Amino acid sequence: MSDRMLTMSEALREAMAIAMEERPEVFILGEDIGIYGGAFGVTGDLYHRFGSERVRDTPISELGIVGAAVGAALSGMRPIVEIQFSDFTAQAMDQIVNQAAKIHFMVGGELHVPLVLRAASGSGTGAAGQHSQSLEGWFANVPGLKVVMPSSPYEAKGLLLSAIDDPNPVIFLEHKLLYKIPGREEVPEGAYRIPLGVSRVLREGKDLTIVATGIMVSRAMAAADELAVEGVEVTVIDPRTISPLDMDPVYASLENTGRLMVVQEAPEHGGFLNEVIALVATGPALGHLIAPVVRLAGMNVPIPYAPQLEKAAVPQVNNIVAAARSVVADWR
Amino acid sequence: MTTIPLLTGNPLESNVHARYALLTMSRIRKLEEAVEDLFGRGMMHGTMHLSIGQEASATGVCMALNIDDQITSTHRGHGHCVAKGADLTRMIAELLGKENGYCGGRGGSMHIADVATGNLGANGIVGGGIPIAVGAGLASKLMNRGTVAVSFFGDGAMNEGAFHEAANLAAIWKLPVVFVCENNGYGMSSSTELAFAIDTLAERGLGYGIPGYTIDGNDVSAVYEATQAAVQRARNGEGPTLLELVTYRWKGHSRSDKNLYRTKEEIDEWKTKDPILFFEHLLKDKGMITDEEIAQVHAEATSQVIAAVNEAMKGVPADPANLLDAVFKKVSA
Repeated sequence: MSDRMLTMSEALREAMAIAMEERPEVFILGEDIGIYGGAFGVTGDLYHRFGSERVRDTPISELGIVGAAVGAALSGMRPIVEIQFSDFTAQAMDQIVNQAAKIHFMVGGELHVPLVLRAASGSGTGAAGQHSQSLEGWFANVPGLKVVMPSSPYEAKGLLLSAIDDPNPVIFLEHKLLYKIPGREEVPEGAYRIPLGVSRVLREGKDLTIVATGIMVSRAMAAADELAVEGVEVTVIDPRTISPLDMDPVYASLENTGRLMVVQEAPEHGGFLNEVIALVATGPALGHLIAPVVRLAGMNVPIPYAPQLEKAAVPQVNNIVAAARSVVADWR
Repeated sequence: MTTIPLLTGNPLESNVHARYALLTMSRIRKLEEAVEDLFGRGMMHGTMHLSIGQEASATGVCMALNIDDQITSTHRGHGHCVAKGADLTRMIAELLGKENGYCGGRGGSMHIADVATGNLGANGIVGGGIPIAVGAGLASKLMNRGTVAVSFFGDGAMNEGAFHEAANLAAIWKLPVVFVCENNGYGMSSSTELAFAIDTLAERGLGYGIPGYTIDGNDVSAVYEATQAAVQRARNGEGPTLLELVTYRWKGHSRSDKNLYRTKEEIDEWKTKDPILFFEHLLKDKGMITDEEIAQVHAEATSQVIAAVNEAMKGVPADPANLLDAVFKKVSA
């Protein structure tokens, strides 16, 4: 195996190190990101490489941290905030939603907020209801925020560098199960950037288009491998950024497949992927649909503790395989 | 001309400083009286929060700052904006929803910011600007700029978590920040007696290792002196200071206020402590100004505000066709 098959933690750390080497105005602040190296080990040794001023440990004070980052961003810095669990953004929501997202607009464009808020997202670690949520839909519903959901180490590095370059506030949601797993593709050394707002088509098949976000991308890919054995050919599209959202590859794919499945971990009700369905329903690809849209999402329930309950609450590979198999069989 | 550049220095330092301080307070008052009038005549929509009676705090604080020092302001922020050197025409134009307003009609009274004068903006969220000022102070420290960030907020904001988190961060990092609490006695209708179990709000600094001082917020030179000391401390790298400036808002919280929670006698008593009259008497006692000069200052303020209103009225109404333009800043290639 190549030594460039990094984990997502390693890829994110490389991106932050590159950004800090490139720009003096980039710094990181968050809880336990210094000597401890971050709750999930993402900042790692950056404290030793860049020092305590630029890899800045904070008290447990999410509202204050994000607010300080907003003020620093307004004053010419490019802060990267790490929030240990995305659930804790609830503590900081005023600064994210009422301040960071709106300042550029409300003041008529004179000020802007180049801020990246990284947060560990999603379930699967047995941490239960307050440490496992997928909150991307909250942020996607706020004009002025960009929302990124990297699905692999390669994606994470390139998207984070673009997020740091961006002059707007970017919410960067990292699925915690991806942190420690090496990706399926090499992560190039040095800087590369994946633009925000460009979807990625990971594989192409004629039978079904799957749009999946975050960790569901790798589950959709695993499902596609299984389905291929049965002769079901699946297209998998990762929007990468749900705000802004690039739908063109989805429309183009539906011309060939006529069947759409959306997969997200977040609860179904009011979830972001309903927006994808709405855009398909009101967009150029509607006439190509030959089957009802399939929605696979988290159950409308807080993430539970017991492992069998936790797994049951969100889509797994076998759920994707079964749903894909039946929509392709039932609608010809 | 509806802009006057910030003059730094003690209001009692010279006749020039004294005249500037009086003119600034008068411009704030006349501007807000004009705003109230425009509302009354139905020419402005939305809401407004007037700081009439509190002009000394904005003026005295800003005279202790340089143009590149930063401020964050509040929903009751017209005075801070004027005192930092904003253009009255662009302020009024914003309130009228014009394209040439500070925010192009996107923000209105509660969101005026002015980059050129270091004003990071008024804020519609009570306490919202306090952590932002801490971040501005952090940026100053990280980049060795030598600038100070001042956060204006009201007594009500001191019971928001934002104050507590921001105060603690500024203290542990010894940031060049000055917390300026304009204690006007009420958070909307809740009196400080009902909302606090401490004698002075300045005591709140103690829990964070921040020195706190209670100052007569209607005495512009006292405000200046306290702020100047706090700014000096901040520039020296000694960390933040909390100033409680005791003052009073003569008008209601906003348009809907019927003053049911306070008495006419109380309001009238505070009107006898008018910061503008107080300063005029002080200057006359010191022989620094004549009645004639005072009248001239107020006439100049009035004519500036009239010119600002007239000029602002000529502005083009903000165009819905451009509504999406500034949701995101464009990514430069």
